[in-house]
Amino acid sequence: MIPETAILLAIGIPLAGALAIALAGKISPNVREAATAITSVSLIWVVWGLLPTLFDGGRPAVEVSELMPGLTIAFTVEPLGMLFAALASGLWLINSIYSVGYMRGNNEKNQTRFFACFALALSATMGIAFAGNLFTLFLFYELLTLSTYPLVAHKGDAATVRSARIYLGVLLSTSIGLFLPAIIWTYNVAGTGDFTAGGILAGKLNDPEIGLLLGLFVFGIGKAAVMPMHKWLPAAMVAPTPVSALLHAVAVVKAGVFAITKIIVYIFGVEFLFAAPSSQWLLYAAAFTVITASLVALRQTNIKRLLAYSTIAQLSYVVMAAAILKPLAEVGAAIHMVAHAFGKITLFFAAGAIYVASKKTEIHQLRGIGRRMPWTMAAFTIGALSMIGVPPTGGFVSKWYILAGAFQADNLVAVFTIIASTVLNAAYFLPILYLVWFEREKEGGKAHGEAPFLAVLALCLTALLTLGFFLFNGPVIELESQVVKGIS
Amino acid sequence: MDLLAHLPALQVVVPMLSAPLVVLLQPKGLAWAGATAAALVSFAIALTLALAVLDGQTLDYAMGGWPAPFGIALSVDAFSALVLLVVTGAGAAALLAAKPSIDQQIEAERQPLFYSAWLLALSGLVGIVVSADAFNIFVFMEISSLASYILIAGGPDRRALPAVFKYLIMGTIGATFYLIGVGLIYMMTGTLNLADMEARIGDVTDLNPVLVAAGFITMGLALKAAVFPLHVWVPNAYTHAPHMVTVFLAACATKVSLYVLIRFDYMVLQTNLESHEVQFALFMMPLAILGILVASAVAMFEGHLKRLLASSSIAQIGYILLGASFVSIAGLSASGVHLFNHALAKGGLFLAVACLAYQYRDLRLDQLGGAGARMPWTCAALVVCGLSLIGVPGTAGFISKWLLINAALESGPWGWGLVAIILISSLMAVVYIWRIVEAVYFKAPVETDAPISEAPIQLLFITGLVALLNIYFGLFPQIPLELANSAAALLMEGAQ
Repeated sequence: MIPETAILLAIGIPLAGALAIALAGKISPNVREAATAITSVSLIWVVWGLLPTLFDGGRPAVEVSELMPGLTIAFTVEPLGMLFAALASGLWLINSIYSVGYMRGNNEKNQTRFFACFALALSATMGIAFAGNLFTLFLFYELLTLSTYPLVAHKGDAATVRSARIYLGVLLSTSIGLFLPAIIWTYNVAGTGDFTAGGILAGKLNDPEIGLLLGLFVFGIGKAAVMPMHKWLPAAMVAPTPVSALLHAVAVVKAGVFAITKIIVYIFGVEFLFAAPSSQWLLYAAAFTVITASLVALRQTNIKRLLAYSTIAQLSYVVMAAAILKPLAEVGAAIHMVAHAFGKITLFFAAGAIYVASKKTEIHQLRGIGRRMPWTMAAFTIGALSMIGVPPTGGFVSKWYILAGAFQADNLVAVFTIIASTVLNAAYFLPILYLVWFEREKEGGKAHGEAPFLAVLALCLTALLTLGFFLFNGPVIELESQVVKGIS
Repeated sequence: MDLLAHLPALQVVVPMLSAPLVVLLQPKGLAWAGATAAALVSFAIALTLALAVLDGQTLDYAMGGWPAPFGIALSVDAFSALVLLVVTGAGAAALLAAKPSIDQQIEAERQPLFYSAWLLALSGLVGIVVSADAFNIFVFMEISSLASYILIAGGPDRRALPAVFKYLIMGTIGATFYLIGVGLIYMMTGTLNLADMEARIGDVTDLNPVLVAAGFITMGLALKAAVFPLHVWVPNAYTHAPHMVTVFLAACATKVSLYVLIRFDYMVLQTNLESHEVQFALFMMPLAILGILVASAVAMFEGHLKRLLASSSIAQIGYILLGASFVSIAGLSASGVHLFNHALAKGGLFLAVACLAYQYRDLRLDQLGGAGARMPWTCAALVVCGLSLIGVPGTAGFISKWLLINAALESGPWGWGLVAIILISSLMAVVYIWRIVEAVYFKAPVETDAPISEAPIQLLFITGLVALLNIYFGLFPQIPLELANSAAALLMEGAQ
C-alpha cells in the first residue's frame, strides 16, 4: 500500500467503522463488537504500516481539497504525528477490549451510540495526528470535541448534561474565541499555515506579538488543559470510564499537547521562539499548572477526579518540556506523551474495573481492596509508580529526558518544577497504595472479586506496556530525534 | 437563437405560467407534482445560467426584442445567478419535501391554490433578481409579497393572521418607500432602466432629490430585508407560517431584498453620489453589528424552536450586510458566500423543524423531549445544519465566517474589533443551537397519544440531503465561492 493511501485510510477506516457499528448495532451486540474489533485492527495495520517509511525519513503527504487559495485540507505524516497516531490506534484496540467488558459488566444503555461515537472520535484523532496545516488541524480538533460530547453526556441525566455543557462550552469557546483568531493571524502574517520544519513565522513577527500569538494558541487549545482552561477535564469525568481512559487520558488531551508541540516546532520554530523573550511566560504558565494541579489532586477524594487533576499536571509537563525549547526536551515532550498515556490509561482502567466489580468510586473505600482484586491493583500500582517516575516504568524515561533538556537550557525553574511535582505525585499516590495493600477492609463490606475478564486483560496489557516502555523505548526516541535534527 | 439566450426570460416565465395551470390540477397529488416539476425546471435553468456566467460575463435579454432602455430588460450576471440558485434551490427543495407536511397542514381542496401561490411567490422572487429595471423590480416585489402573504396565512395556525397583517403593513411601507425613491430618480433622469439610470444621474445638476431617493430606497429595502431594527415582522411570520413555507421563505425571501439593496447601491448610487460608499458603510455597519449581537442574544433566550431560528435569521442577515458594508471585494465576496451558505444552513434547519413538527404538535423547546431517540435521522440533520450555522470547520458556515473575518481584517484599523464581534456571535450561536440539542436529546420524553417515529421518508430524505450539502460545500466550496468572487468584482467595478 502506498503511504498516501494509508493516510486517507487512517481517517476513513474509523469513519466507515462508525457507520458499520451504527448499522451492526441493529443486528446484535456481538456483530457490533466484531465491527469495532475489525475496525481497530485494520486501523492499526494501516497506521503502523506507515512506520517504516517514517524511519527511512519519508514524509508522505496528500492534499484533499483546496477550499480557497492558500487554505487546503492536507495531510503530512511527520514523526510527532506518527507517534501520536500509532499510540492512539494501538491503545484503541486495548480500550475496545476493555470497553466491551466494562459496558456489558455495567449494563450501560445506548452502547451502539457509544461505540459509534468512539470510532468517530478516533477518526478525528487520526486527522489531528496527520494534519498538514493549521486549518486541517483545527477542522479535526473541532470534530473531536463534537464527537466526544455524546460520550461525555452518555448517562443523560441532569447532572451529566450540565457537566457535558461545561466540557463543550470550554472546549468550543476557547477554540473559536482564541485558537481560530490565532490561526487567522498566522495565515495573514505568513501567508500559509503549513507545518514546515523550522517554522513559518521567522522574521515575520516581532517580539511582543510572538508572545501574544503563542498565548492565543496555548489557551485556545483548551484540550491541553493549561490553567485556567482546565475546568472541562474534571467535568468530563462523568463519562463512562473507557472514555476517560482512552479519550481523556490519551486521545483528546494528547491532541491538545500534541497540537501545542507541533505548533511550537513547525509553526514558530524552536530556535525562533527561543530567541524571543516574550515567549518565556509559557514555561511559567505550564510550571504553575503542574504544581497547582498536583496540589489540587492532593485534596481529591474521588478516584477519577484525582486522576483528572493528575492528568492536568502531566499534560503541562509536556507543554513545559516543549517550552524549554531545547532538543532533548522536545524529545522528552514526545516521549512523555507515550509514557503518560500507558500509565494513565492503566490507572483509569483500574478505576473502572473497581467500579464495575464493587461500585466504589471514592478513595477511602479502597481500603484493603488489593486482596480482592490483586491483578487490577497490581496494574494500578505500576501506573501510579509511572506517574511518580520511579524506574522501571515508562514515566522515568520521559522525566529523564525532560530533566536533561532543562539542564541543557540551564533552566532551573523547570528543574525545580519537576522535582517538586515528583514529590507531590508521590504524596497523593503513595497513600492510596498503602491503603490498598496494607490496610484491612472494613467489616461488612460487599464480597466481590475481579472485574470481567476482558477488562482485567486490558489493564494488565497496558501495565505491561508501562513496564516495557522502560526497556524498549529505542525506536520511539530514534523516531522523535528526527524532529529536532539540526536544532541546537 | 439558441435556448441559452432565452433562459433569463424563461426563469420567470416558467413558474409564472405554471401557477394558473396548477390551479386546474385538482385530482389528489397532481397539483403538488405540477408545482414541483415547475420549480425543478426553474432550478435547472438557474443552474445553467450560473454555469454560463461563472466567468464574469453578463447575459442581457430584451423582452419582445425591444432594446433597453425602451423595452423591458432582463439581465443575469454572477451576483444574480448566485441569488437565483438560492431562490430556485430553496423553492424546489422545499416543494420536493413538502407533500407530507402540506397534506397534514392544508386541506386537500385548497392545495392547488396554495401551490399556485407558491409558484407565484417563486416567480416574483426570481423576477426581482433578473430584472434590470427599477420599476419591474417593484412589480415583482409586489407579486412575491402578495403571494407570500397567502402562503404564510394559508396554514391552520390562526395566529398567522395577525402576523401576516403586520408583515403586510410593513411590507407595503417598504415597497412604497422603494417606489417613492424610484419615482424621485425617474423625475430627475427620465428612465427606469438601472444601467441607463446610472449613466444619466451623472447629468443631473441638483443631486439632492437623488440623495433623498437613496434614503427612501435604502430604508424601504432594508425593511423588506428585515435589517435590524426593521425586522419586527419576521419572528411571528416565520413562526406561524406553515412549516414548509417557513423553509422556503426563510432560506431566500429576505435575501432577495438584500440583493436589490446591495445592487442598487453599488451599481447606481455609489458611482454618482460623492462619498456615498462611506455613507453606506457608516450607516449599515452599526446596524449590521447591532443586528448580529441583539438578535443572537434574543435567540439565546427564546423558548420556541421556530422563533429561535427566526431570530437567528436576523443575526445572519447582519452578517451578510456586514460584509457588504466593507465596500471591498473581499467583503462582498464574503456576503455572497454567506448568502448562499446561510440559505443552506437555515433551510436545512427549518426542514428538520418541519420533520419534527410532523410528529410534535408543540414546538416549544421544553416540549421536544425524546425526539433524539425517536427521530434520530431528523435530529442528526438538525445538528449538522446547526453546526453549519455556528460555523464549525468542515461545514459551509465556516467558509463564510472565514471569508468575513479576513475581509474584516482588511477593512481597516477596527478590523480586530469586528473579528471579536463575529467570534462572540459565533459563540452565542453555540449557545442557542446547543439549547436545541439538549432539548431534543436530553429532555425527558414527552407523553404522547400515539408512538412517535421518524418523519415520512420524502421529507426526511431532502432534509438529510441538505444537511449533507452543508458538509459538501464546507469541504468543496468552489462553486459558490467563484460566483461570489465574480459578483464582488462586478459590483466593485460598478461602484468605481
